[in-house]
Amino acid sequence: MPRLKRRINNLSHLFLPLSVLVILIIINLIKGADYFRITMVNGALYGNIPNILFGASELVILSIGMTLVTAASRGQDISIGESGAISSAIFVQYVLNAGEVTLCTILVGFLISCVAGLVIGAFNGTLVSFFNVQPMVATLILFLGGRSIAFIIDGKVSPILANEISNRIGTVIPGVPIPTPIILTAVFIVVVAVVLRTTNLRLYVEAVGVNPSAARLNGINPKKVIFLTFLLMGVCSAVAGFIAVNKAGRHDSVNLLKFIMMDAILAVALGGNSLGGGKFSITGSIIGAYTIEMLNRTLLRLEVNPEAIKAFKAVFIIVLMVIASPVVRVFVKKFLDEAKTIVARYSVRQTGGLNKGAASITDTTGKKGE
Amino acid sequence: MKRLTRVGLLLLVVVLVLSTVCGFTLAASKKLIKVGIVNLPPEESGYRQANVEDMNVVFSRENGYDAKQTNTADNSEQIAAARGYIRDGVDYLLISAANASGWDDVLRSAKRAGVRVILFDRAIDTDPSNYEAALLSDMHYEGRLATDWVLNNVPKPINVVLIRGQLGSAAEIGRSAPLLKAAEEGKLNIVADGTGGDTWSLEEARKVVEAAIAAKKDFNVIYAQNDGMAQGAVQALEAAGISHGKNGKVKIIGFDFNRFALRNVQAGYWDADVQCNPRQAGQIDQWIKSGKIPKGIVYQEELILTTDTITDEQIEKYGINADPGKGVITR
Repeated sequence: MPRLKRRINNLSHLFLPLSVLVILIIINLIKGADYFRITMVNGALYGNIPNILFGASELVILSIGMTLVTAASRGQDISIGESGAISSAIFVQYVLNAGEVTLCTILVGFLISCVAGLVIGAFNGTLVSFFNVQPMVATLILFLGGRSIAFIIDGKVSPILANEISNRIGTVIPGVPIPTPIILTAVFIVVVAVVLRTTNLRLYVEAVGVNPSAARLNGINPKKVIFLTFLLMGVCSAVAGFIAVNKAGRHDSVNLLKFIMMDAILAVALGGNSLGGGKFSITGSIIGAYTIEMLNRTLLRLEVNPEAIKAFKAVFIIVLMVIASPVVRVFVKKFLDEAKTIVARYSVRQTGGLNKGAASITDTTGKKGE
Repeated sequence: MKRLTRVGLLLLVVVLVLSTVCGFTLAASKKLIKVGIVNLPPEESGYRQANVEDMNVVFSRENGYDAKQTNTADNSEQIAAARGYIRDGVDYLLISAANASGWDDVLRSAKRAGVRVILFDRAIDTDPSNYEAALLSDMHYEGRLATDWVLNNVPKPINVVLIRGQLGSAAEIGRSAPLLKAAEEGKLNIVADGTGGDTWSLEEARKVVEAAIAAKKDFNVIYAQNDGMAQGAVQALEAAGISHGKNGKVKIIGFDFNRFALRNVQAGYWDADVQCNPRQAGQIDQWIKSGKIPKGIVYQEELILTTDTITDEQIEKYGINADPGKGVITR
């Protein structure tokens, strides 16, 4: 029984991201019934869903790291795009200078870029955990300077990655119907899931996020845990940078993964996680990341004027968050119960009307709650 | 002994006199022109990198210039740097402004101090009497080159997917205008109108084209306002199995003359690319050396290169950024 209850609790945690996702799917289905149609193009799956999975791969990986950093340090890393740009610049330089490109070169290059990601993570982590700098301020340094570093590593040009293996990592491997970035993302998610299942990482991170002093008294060193989450964030950035640069076929230090931290933070929030740290749900963040990608594409599908697209995105997010917020949920439940108990003549349509009213009333109360 | 010292002293005097005379003549032959350059940082874009490098090469000591350069994207820092150069007493002040406004005061004080101001690449909103000349890229001209090429080379009916750059930027407005005008006149249809956003993003461009394909739009031109976005658009076509380039259904046109883009055009993977020339330094150098500086705005000559006309020399000479090498396609 307690296990079942915990399951349901877990699911209720996912109510926010899932309901937002469902709303978006409904909008898309209204726009065209063939939304889920998948065809085969040149031996690979093609359709809206594969496109979303393909497009969101970097964001998903980064939002996983962002969830951990947020949960432990109670702040956000805003240098993730820059650290991805730096580590992928190192990857590209290694591959271009290694001579003939084989799978081995790519792998070694990838590992080197992961080490670079770790170094960047260690830099940010040291500032945050040992010098007690606010995460956003600490990562602001690389946010401002990171692209210059990547630009210098690139040799002041944007180097081309025109080898066959990179091309396959960025698109599809012949004979495999699923685009490679989707596979890499899936593998990454599985690795993270296994790590969270088999280690105490979740417990430690949540303990530190909920109350660092209490965690310390219980023998968990908050500094080490926060440092560790930044290291993991560094690896996430390196993997995301690796995927992004292979997709693009060119290392553009100026634009690679630019402003992606905004979407990553939003994914964490959409995933039902508190940006103030503590308990976290990686599943929620992953769903949140795919939701953002779907939202971007929905706006394009609705042919929103390019001038207005950003404003529309902002309005959409606010509306979706409000509709799916726990406050509205409680109100809906209360009204449903009242409707049941008072009189039977309350029709379904009227409760619908009341719900709408509740949504607008709770707009302000929801903010207060936070 | 005394004699010896006298001879020594005489020799010393001779050497001293000779060396000063030589020094004077040397200094006279190397009278350097003092130039202050206020520019944007090279890491802003491939365009800017080529621009800054060109400035460094042309305004060098060997070329007879004593040039100082400030590269910042902050308008107030740029203005401060310009004031510093005026105090230093430079002969010429070259400015590519981060922001078009806020320059009136500094330009007037340059005028008072007798410093001649030449604007390059970016215009400033000020009275034309506040500067000598402005050497700019005519974005409308670039847009016209591309639109004319589309009208003359694409079989009718022409259905265009327009991918704009940062909305409201001079490049976006100029490169969009001729195409929008042609659409208004009924010469072509714009079936999808999207943007790569403030970063002229490859990924956003890809999504715009993917959305157009998902909506079953029939199109035969992709008009992407820079090379990165054209690349993203082509990636979307490749994934959807739609043919493009020389013998394909969809014609691809990009802007900026990145060398990878020109190689793609050469290979027939794309169809055309329009230049946005970052190399103003040579022209300005000529103006300064000849003493004939024109008045007001001067537009640079710019080119369109297509699969049929492009040559290796052009790619070498006019291209910017890294060259992937002949025959290498950048997907």
